[in-house]
Amino acid sequence: MAVAEDFRKQLEDLRPYLLRYASLQLRDAAAAEDAVQEALLAALAGQSSFAGRANLRTWLTGILKHKIVDTIRRQAREPVVEAAADEEPGEFDELFGERGHWNERPAAWGDPDGALEQSQFFRALEMCLERLPARTAQAFMMREHLGFETGEICKELSITPTHCWVLLYRARMTLRECLQQTWFGNALSR
Amino acid sequence: MRMSCKETTRLVSQGLDRELAFGERVALRVHYAYCLGCRRAGRQMKFLRQAIQQLPERG
Repeated sequence: MAVAEDFRKQLEDLRPYLLRYASLQLRDAAAAEDAVQEALLAALAGQSSFAGRANLRTWLTGILKHKIVDTIRRQAREPVVEAAADEEPGEFDELFGERGHWNERPAAWGDPDGALEQSQFFRALEMCLERLPARTAQAFMMREHLGFETGEICKELSITPTHCWVLLYRARMTLRECLQQTWFGNALSR
Repeated sequence: MRMSCKETTRLVSQGLDRELAFGERVALRVHYAYCLGCRRAGRQMKFLRQAIQQLPERG
């Protein structure tokens, strides 16, 4: 029994990380809590299938990822009142001048691959993600992290493809800008 | 007609989500040929994808 207790303890220790991971994608504290709870229960029930695997965190993240996808699909069946979210006039006006050219050309990112080796970089990335509007972040994480096709994102979020592309464009441009400010343009953080 | 940088970045982003039409790819290449800013922005958007995929393991 001691072994089972130990396993349970290891799972519990990962709960804060799992919650952060789920919240980034679901943008709803209660839904994130539920998904994590479900993942932990599934992990307990499936302990034997973990046996011998190297990394508990990776295994658990995989389970949680499925729960997050389930949650997103479940949510989509509830009717959503969709605010108009086409590209707003004047969006990115500070970035682009009147004729649509860069006001300030994007700087080169020195050694982006090196950033991927640093956990502080991922902290900065998470902070940038948290600043995105909920729906924008959700569409972006569905696309880039969960690997949904755009068509499915449209369906699950009840939006048009054009709207979907606008959300993804907005997310990429905003994150690019945010990382430029908080990481790549900031020599102290490297 | 030449695309603006705003239009170009929008197209680059869409290129990560759908197959671009032949004409769009040509327009993109023409713009890239003379615009360093858009080349960088395009590279950075691709890098974002790579980083986000690695998020859970590293974060």
